[in-house]
Amino acid sequence: MDDLIWASATELAEALKEHEVSAVEIAEALIARADEVDPKIHAYLERTDDRARRDARASDARRAAGEAHSAFDGVPLAYKDIFVTRGVTTTCGSKILEGFVPPYDATVVARCEGAGLPMLGKLNMDEFAMGSSTENSAFGATRNPWDLDAVPGGSSGGSVAAVAAGAAPWAWGTDTGGSIRQPASLCGLVGMKPTYGLVSRYGMIAFASSLDQAGPITRTVEDAAALLNLAAGGDEMDSTCLKEPVPNYLEGIDGGIDGMRIGVVTEFQGEGSQPGVRARVDESLRRLEKLGAQLEEVSMPSFEHGISAYYLIAPAECSSNLARYDGVRYGRRAAGADDIVSMTSRTRAEGFGREVKRRIMLGTYALSAGYYDAYYGKAQKVRTLITRDFERAYERVDLIVTPTSPTTAFKLGERTDDPLAMYLSDVFTVPVNLAGNAAISVPCGLSPDDGLPVGLQIIARSLDEKTMFRAAYAFEQDLGFDERPQL
Amino acid sequence: MSLDRAAVDHVARLARLDLTDAERERMQKELTDILAHAEKIQNLDLGPVPPTSHALALSNVLRPDEARPSLSPEEALANAPDAQDGRFRVPRIIEDA
Repeated sequence: MDDLIWASATELAEALKEHEVSAVEIAEALIARADEVDPKIHAYLERTDDRARRDARASDARRAAGEAHSAFDGVPLAYKDIFVTRGVTTTCGSKILEGFVPPYDATVVARCEGAGLPMLGKLNMDEFAMGSSTENSAFGATRNPWDLDAVPGGSSGGSVAAVAAGAAPWAWGTDTGGSIRQPASLCGLVGMKPTYGLVSRYGMIAFASSLDQAGPITRTVEDAAALLNLAAGGDEMDSTCLKEPVPNYLEGIDGGIDGMRIGVVTEFQGEGSQPGVRARVDESLRRLEKLGAQLEEVSMPSFEHGISAYYLIAPAECSSNLARYDGVRYGRRAAGADDIVSMTSRTRAEGFGREVKRRIMLGTYALSAGYYDAYYGKAQKVRTLITRDFERAYERVDLIVTPTSPTTAFKLGERTDDPLAMYLSDVFTVPVNLAGNAAISVPCGLSPDDGLPVGLQIIARSLDEKTMFRAAYAFEQDLGFDERPQL
Repeated sequence: MSLDRAAVDHVARLARLDLTDAERERMQKELTDILAHAEKIQNLDLGPVPPTSHALALSNVLRPDEARPSLSPEEALANAPDAQDGRFRVPRIIEDA
């Protein structure tokens, strides 16, 4: 059974194909593992055990009849609770959506269901994906399987905790400013943010629509490419979803990086990261060189303004997106109000948590009359400068590498009273969302300071996921990181 | 840039958030801190730089205007806090004359 818990999704698919195991056996092993570990880590908000069993039985029947829907038919999957799931409670980590049962499936969910992947459940997250630690969930924090007193990162903290603890082989997360990559880094996993528009946002509860992207959280680079294959590509339900045909991301993934030009950001060297993080990242640069890559310094002078710009743009968009929670059509409604304005205002005061209120206030202020040009307008111009920094760098290099997070996992409660310190967790990841590029975090070992995982971020130009996967795969295979948390 | 209490009250009203006094006080301090961090970009000379509102240069994505199946009224109302006669029910909006 241990083999089933720790196998990659690709290995499970192979075992199913060879009839060495059934989908029901896989589902039962993962359900038993979740029973064992989830009380310690609180990764799941909703477990759909019965549905997983039912889906697995149907998958076994399909496979027996030679009608498997995909190579991954029968390999179970879990979703961050930001994806709406028909008939399965979806809260986005918020009390304002407590008990909400969506009448439709997100496109990501529909495509994975179509490929025959049984659903294990819905995973914990910072409320409306606003946070870097999963402590902002209205339903309690998730803990890091590597250190139960530490955060798993966020906002996709439930997704990474489940995969890192063996309670799901892989999961979907979302990334607006680093919410897939940072938690993947803090839990020793692979986390990938696709190019903006590559994966449909339909049915993904909106936070900051010009930045939000769904992406895979996995134990191997190969699995990340495989999961992206299942969901990427045009969707008429999302007008911002790119219509170009998508390649097979697994094809050529083992092509190596000999001769590849990789940029190292001048401004991100030295100060700003923990010594243990720096040590592992420096080591990783040498490994990339050893594998044949040519390292080149690239200057990104506007990156230092990334956090400031992001924490104006994202709250502005969120203040507009979250206006829909008005207590009228779905979700919570405050009792006893006798006019519509107080009903709405009290509903929102009761339903939203501290961080969400803070960002709605910040965004409303940044967009309000008299301040728009000074804040939101300036932030949008900085966004242009950051995009230009990337474009200039890509004239000389194929990929850019940075640490994923300046620190390893921090302790629960350590940053909850200092929102600005929390925001600075995202310093290396935010510029990628502002420019809409693709990026992946891959484990690069454990920090010598505290024994916790460190992640390396590999950034590629928009729609150049294949080059990114190739580098990540070569790095992963050479490093051979196989540490697991002791739970 | 520090945010005064009147500005906090004004923004809370715009955002339809019925905050407590303690929340308003904390918000005033926290927003002031965050805006101070954003001060750096306020001082940048960005005159001729065009703004980016979106990473993709898409506009007017259209599809044919044709009727398609959609949620039934029952499904659409299933999550409503209050509904009546196939409609969402809300407190009175228009006062008596």
